[in-house]
Order: sequence, then C-alpha cells, then structure tokens
Amino acid sequence: MPANEFNGFTDYGIGIGLRVPHYRHILAEKPLVDWFEIISENFMVEGGRPLEVLDQILEQYRVVQHGVAMYFGSADRLNREHLKRLKRLVKRTKTPWLSDHLCWGSVDGRYTHDLLPMPYTFAAAKVTADRIRQARDYLEVPICVENVSSYAEYHASEMTEWEFLSEVVEAADCGILMDVNNIYVSSENHGFDPYEYLNNIPHHRVGQIHIAGHSKFEKYTLDTHDHPVLDPVWKMYAHLLKKTGPTATLLEWDDSIPSFEEVHREALKANLFHKAKTPAASSGATR
Amino acid sequence: MKSLEAKPQHNNVRSRSELKAFQQKMLGMLYRPLSPDWKSRKKTDEGISVVKIAEGLIKPNDRLTSFERLEIYNRCYWFRVLDSLYDDFPGLLALLGNRKFLKLITAYLIRYPSESFTLRNLGSRLESFLCEEPEYASPLQEIALDMVRFEWAQIIAFDEIAREPISPKDIQKRDPEKLRIGLQPYLALLELNHAVDRYLIAVKNQEFDGLRKEASNTSNAAPEGKNHRRRLSLPKRERVWLAVHRYDNMLYYKRLEPAAFTLLKELGKGTPLEMACGKAIKRDGSAKQKGVLKADAFQEKLQGWFAEWSSLRWLTLPSPKK
Ligand SMILES: [Fe+2]
Repeated sequence: MPANEFNGFTDYGIGIGLRVPHYRHILAEKPLVDWFEIISENFMVEGGRPLEVLDQILEQYRVVQHGVAMYFGSADRLNREHLKRLKRLVKRTKTPWLSDHLCWGSVDGRYTHDLLPMPYTFAAAKVTADRIRQARDYLEVPICVENVSSYAEYHASEMTEWEFLSEVVEAADCGILMDVNNIYVSSENHGFDPYEYLNNIPHHRVGQIHIAGHSKFEKYTLDTHDHPVLDPVWKMYAHLLKKTGPTATLLEWDDSIPSFEEVHREALKANLFHKAKTPAASSGATR
Repeated sequence: MKSLEAKPQHNNVRSRSELKAFQQKMLGMLYRPLSPDWKSRKKTDEGISVVKIAEGLIKPNDRLTSFERLEIYNRCYWFRVLDSLYDDFPGLLALLGNRKFLKLITAYLIRYPSESFTLRNLGSRLESFLCEEPEYASPLQEIALDMVRFEWAQIIAFDEIAREPISPKDIQKRDPEKLRIGLQPYLALLELNHAVDRYLIAVKNQEFDGLRKEASNTSNAAPEGKNHRRRLSLPKRERVWLAVHRYDNMLYYKRLEPAAFTLLKELGKGTPLEMACGKAIKRDGSAKQKGVLKADAFQEKLQGWFAEWSSLRWLTLPSPKK
C-alpha cells in the first residue's frame, strides 16, 4: 500500500541503507535519494561521529529507522533502557515508522547478536505480539515487523512461517516489512513455495519491502547481502507489488559494499516494477 | 542424562515459560565454542550428545541433519562476536599474534558473553578478564593489559557523550578553593607502563582500517588474523601518561606530563581546583630546584595547560553525580 497506517501514511519510493563507506560521498555529493534506512543501534550512542553524520543526513534526507536488536520474539520482558534510547533516536530522526525483526536473539539479558527464527506456535505469537504492542505504545510510532531468513525449523512449530507472521501482526495490529529475499532464502532452505508465502499474508499491512542479494552454498542458501538482487527475488518482488500496490522499498547491501552509485543503481531497478507509481520514486529528497 | 542419549526429547513451546526454556536451551547451544577447525562439537562438556539435543530442537531436511542446521547458527554466532573483537583490538592482536589472541578472546567470551544490545560493548570486560586470567597473554601480560585499557579507551572516546565545555573565563571568576571542574566523559586518562600508543601507530600504519563495522545480518566466514605481516618490535617499557579523547569527532591520543596527568585525574575525581593544583605541583619535577618550589614557573605551566585543555574542550562543569 503506498500509504497506510503502518508506514505513517507516507508515500516513500526507493531507498537505500545508509552505510559507513558511503558517508563521505553522500555528504559531499548530496546525491538524490528518496530516503535512507539507518540501523537504529548504530546511532543509539551518546555522541561522536555517528550522531554528527546522522544530523547532517537528517538535514537533507528522509530517514527511516530499522532495528536489529529489539528481538520482539524474546521471552524476556522488554528492556526499558533499550526502549528509552530508541525513543530518543526516534525523536531525533522523526522516523515515520520503525521496523525490526520477527525473531529472538537474547534471553536472560544475554545476547547472540543474531536474528534467530521463532518456534511458530500460538504461545510464541502471543508473547511476540504483546511485546510489539508494548514497544509501539512506548515509542509512539508505527511498527513494521520483518520476516527473517532462516536455516532451521523447529519441531515445536505448530504452523507455517507465514501463518505465524499473520498471527503476530493481526494480534499486535502492526505492519509488515516484507523481506522478499528472506522469503526466497528460507524457501530454498526449507523447501516451501515462496509464492504461497507471498499470497497468504495480510497484504494491507505491508508498510515496507526489503530486497537484497543472497549466496547459494552446496547445502543451503545464505542471506549474505553482498551482491545484486537475483532474478527470482525480482520476480517475487513484482508479484508482491501486484498484491500490495507500490510500496516503500529498500535495497540492503551490507557486505562487500560497492560504490554508492552502484548500490543506488541496483536499488533503482525496483522502479521498473513500480509502473503505476507517480513521478520517479528516485526524485530527490528534501524537507 | 541417559534418557537424553537414548532418544531426542522434543521441546514444546506452549507458554511464555516454555518459550523461555526453549530460548535458553538454544542460546546454550549457540554459545558452545567451536572446534579448532571451526565446526560444532558433538558432545557437551558433560559428555551429552549435541546431535541428540539438536534432534530434539530442530527438524532435519533432505540436505542437512538437525545437528548441521544448528551448526550454521553456532558458527555464525562465534564468527560474529570474534570478528567484532578482532576489529576492536587490533593492537592486542598484533601483540599476541593470531593464535594466542583467538584463544584469549574465545575464553573471554565463554566467561563474559555479551550483555549488551550492541557489539560496541563486547570488549568492556576484557581488562577484568585479563586481570583474572593473565596466563592467556603470557609472557606479555603487562603489555597486553596496557594495550587492552588503551584500546577500550578508544571505543569510549569514539562515541561517549560530550558535555558543554567551560571556558577559561568560567574558571577565572571563581574561588579556586571551592571550584570544581569536570572532565568530558569521553576523555580517558591512562597511566601505562609501556609505549603502547607508539606501538599501535605502527600497527595501524601496517593496516589502516579506521571505520567501525556495520551491523550486518550474516557472518559466515571464520575471522582471520590480520597480522601476517612483519612482526613489530614490542612496545618499549616506559611510564606513559596518556589522554585518549576526540576532537571534532576524530580520535586522538596525547601524552601528558605526569603533573598534568595528576591534575586532570584529581579534577576528574571532583577535587577542588586549588587542592588539585597542590597535588600536581608535588608531582612536577621542574618546579623543584634545590628543594625550592618555583611557583612562578609552575603557574605559567598551569596557565598553558588550562588554555590547551580548554581549546581541546576537555573541561566541563563537574558531573552532577559528584
Ligand atoms: Fe531485511
């Protein structure tokens, strides 16, 4: 959906992830970019260069926050200190929505720094949905949860991943950040039909889409974010857009990062699928 | 334990407490150190089969067993945390060499796994660990300890909060007997026994990779020692008084005179200006000549220091906690 309650009724086009190797280029050249996605945790600091760069970016660009450490699916109570810091950043960036993953990664205050798949059970869905609601109430900003890529399935699961995602977002009444590449990676690893996934989620809740590259190994496929988006993922993206309408889309490129122009060019390929969308999603960003 | 060996026990997740137990079990599996060839170990320290535990948690597929699927996560965990410490402690790595460094940080992470949402804090207890287990750095324990303190101070200096600096004018107007001055939270004052600052410059000249790593979704490669270059000569043994700080958001370190170091340390502790100066003057070698204090010379020095520290924005109002 171009604009919905889950992305703060915005109509963003194609964005790219703000990454350290591109700082200098962006600040000096001020390229036209519709919006940047930042990793919240990289800026949940007290001072120094990260915040200086962020403030300069915020003067000229629209920024959306994407987190990697909220762990909505953790059985622990929400970490108040973490939320406080996050809220401070939300106020700074004025992010119209905020995303993090449908996963867990810590327990008893100990962290794995990984996005671990959930056991797809009704009890886990309830715990997760409660935590998303609490976080949203505290942060006062719409939340979209992102499906992660996974390499394992649990015996404990009582439903498919897309059923679990639907169960959580309906119970939490939140949005979805649909990572098309992650669906593809997981479908390869678990042998399901990725289109069945795409067809069976509440499309009206999709507030944002991620696309990225992955790597195939002999026995599994890994979500490496280290090269261009592959054809099957573009096809899935096109299919999803038919269901959702043009939706804010972000290319993730986190490893072996090429020049800014190359990343941006790759991201803008998404425009080919946004035919219905009004003037160039890539046209510049200002406030 | 026998029943665990006999058949896999499936783990249900039908309540919050079962979810917690499930996550605790998984976390325990991921935290298990890898074998020297970067594989998951097949037995726990108690001799329990990890293969069976994995079979109780994870479904196999047509290409991978439950154990192999668990192994992907076990390896990703270790590669990610080890990588982070390789990035944060290049001086310690160069000093100890790859094999010893890896052994040290692996043992460290087993005892002190991450308790922070950010990898930035992963090395925060490495100094304590080295004090507890100095043999991991043997025979370079003392140098290693200096290096860890120095490298951790840089992490703090990089992004710790900056407070409003005060100017020399703010100081002049006030009664030195009562005046307290604070220091920037990002400023670290280190008293070291080795010239690890010069050593680190040499390391960085060999390989400069000043940008901190992005948070990334995946990590599938074993961390590599980046020190296959010529071995540097060890840091010289000497007393070094060092300030680690940032200026215009760039990291710097600066050697200090012992008296200047004492003065800053005292101010940081909340000692009033006059008393802090008194302690500094006692430390100052050049101010004593034939047993007579050359107060004027010291006064001049003092003014120079304050002018410099003000221009570096090190001085603030005292911290509200003190
Ligand atoms: Fe993603």
